[in-house]
Amino acid sequence: MISRVGSALGRLKRPHKALTTTTFTSFRIRLLSSLAVLEQRDGKLNQNALRAITAAQQLGGPVTGIVAGGNIQGLVKEVSVIQGIQKILVVDNPAYEKGLPETFAPLLVENIKKGGYSHVFAGQTAFGKSLMPRVAALLDVSQISDITAIVNENTFVRPIYAGNVISTVESLDNIKIITVRGTAFTPAETQGGSASIESGVDPKAEFPIKWLSENLSKNDRPNLTSAERVVAGGRGLKSKLDFDRVILPLADALGAAIGASRAAVDSGYADNSLQVGQTGKVVAPQLYLCTGISGAIQHLAGMKDSKVIAAINKDADAPIFQVADVGLVGDLFEKVPELTKKLKEQEV
Amino acid sequence: MSKLRILVPVKRVIDYAVKPRVNSTKTAVVTAGVKHSLNPFDEISLEEAVKMRERHVKQPSKSNPKVEEIIAFSVGPTKSIETLRTAMAMGADRSIFVEVKEGEEPESLGVAKLLANIVKREKINLVLAGKQSIDSDAGSVGGMLGGLLGWGFAGQACKITFRNPNVCIIEKEVDGGTETVEGHLPMVITADLRLNEPRYASLSNIMKAKKKKVDKITAQELGVDAGRRLLTREVTEPIPRQGGGKVNDVDGMIKRLKELHAI
Repeated sequence: MISRVGSALGRLKRPHKALTTTTFTSFRIRLLSSLAVLEQRDGKLNQNALRAITAAQQLGGPVTGIVAGGNIQGLVKEVSVIQGIQKILVVDNPAYEKGLPETFAPLLVENIKKGGYSHVFAGQTAFGKSLMPRVAALLDVSQISDITAIVNENTFVRPIYAGNVISTVESLDNIKIITVRGTAFTPAETQGGSASIESGVDPKAEFPIKWLSENLSKNDRPNLTSAERVVAGGRGLKSKLDFDRVILPLADALGAAIGASRAAVDSGYADNSLQVGQTGKVVAPQLYLCTGISGAIQHLAGMKDSKVIAAINKDADAPIFQVADVGLVGDLFEKVPELTKKLKEQEV
Repeated sequence: MSKLRILVPVKRVIDYAVKPRVNSTKTAVVTAGVKHSLNPFDEISLEEAVKMRERHVKQPSKSNPKVEEIIAFSVGPTKSIETLRTAMAMGADRSIFVEVKEGEEPESLGVAKLLANIVKREKINLVLAGKQSIDSDAGSVGGMLGGLLGWGFAGQACKITFRNPNVCIIEKEVDGGTETVEGHLPMVITADLRLNEPRYASLSNIMKAKKKKVDKITAQELGVDAGRRLLTREVTEPIPRQGGGKVNDVDGMIKRLKELHAI
């Protein structure tokens, strides 16, 4: 292991000596090497990890995955056949199970230093958002958050101003710490790969922070961020009772995940975790069908990359109609139940 | 450590209700003549600091520790002082301001380094920051600051309570629900939308805020290199979606969705 690292460092140093700029560039491209942080919980891989792998693959260099937690041996077998990963670093230690940044960041930093990676990718999830800035600070590099495309090894595209502006940024840092917007990258294939498995470095950093509990909403609906179809409701639903009465059957008829606008969440109609928008989830399903949502820019930031947007709203001038592929002006309490009934009859 | 010394970083950003426009050379977003306000998440973190103080005044206890001082901080062009005045009108005791030229604002890493320095100078033991600024949407200052200081970090907090003056219980918004952690002060906590409802500053508090102190200091004086590591090469407006027009009834909607292969 150590000799491999030594040679990697050697290779990193060599091009600095006497090469023309062009050879230098092409040389560096061959030296790209990425680490994908494979987020897991209870032995289950987070879907966004597969998307981080895709982003890492797009760079062109070898991709190593890192997975840490307790009871992950089953998961390790599973991730070792994901396409596009050459190596898996495994840190089997329950201390990392909850992904607390205070202990997980030193773990990543040690493995990044040892492996000499040029790029580190994680999903822009609650875990990635907590962890990656800390990793970046410990390495004294900037972080490139929530990228939607890779231009080249140094240059990335990311939305700013709630998705109203697209920014292309070039990083001057030698290590790029990147979080990936899940909806912008297709998940890597979960079969057909054959990665080697190695133990990662475990710094066993102690920190006086304790994970106490979690309160996750449980349901058997598709996951909001990866669902093919999303049905969303807003302030127009008037109450939690109405939200459930109108939205749930429509979601059932379409096999869709449920989303909500911030207004609906703030009014208590729907759970926080269902919020779509700049400050909530970003979704890009095949179909985003929303009702009682006017289409404020903060909401559009979370859904405007959907393939087809359909909207039912009684206000013909609502901004949502400016982005909807299919718009129906009408009272949602009348139109949605009718739509639900007809969809059920046709079994779509 | 029994008293809280709270630092609240605030940022002046284009008002959340304004749709930003890209300039003709595609190098930046147009800011001149555009309404600016205090970043909404920073209002929330400031409100939380003020609430902590009020809770102690109302009912001093180990779960309502005393707030000794609330310091607002901002880095930005001259006009950011307005933002600090708003923060002080809401309840911050004084402000620290690092002035930079318009368009030369440091990115998250630089801001975190400035903050780390202020934290040490002012003997801060709790940093309450917004979870992200609504302009750059990077969401990384709080996490970076935790790393630079070696402090605990709880992001996207929706509830903060104290077990005792040194131990904080934070409920955080995570994907799929919430998660609760317990951390020892000193800590960095970032605020989610649902943490509280920020107050409006009253006229009398706005007047009083004019007398509160704003200390100006430069990045050089703090010994911080806040130079950028990320260079913006181009900004563009996203390709606008074409609204596909309206249908007359539910049957029309189903028909159109089928044509679009959405169902």
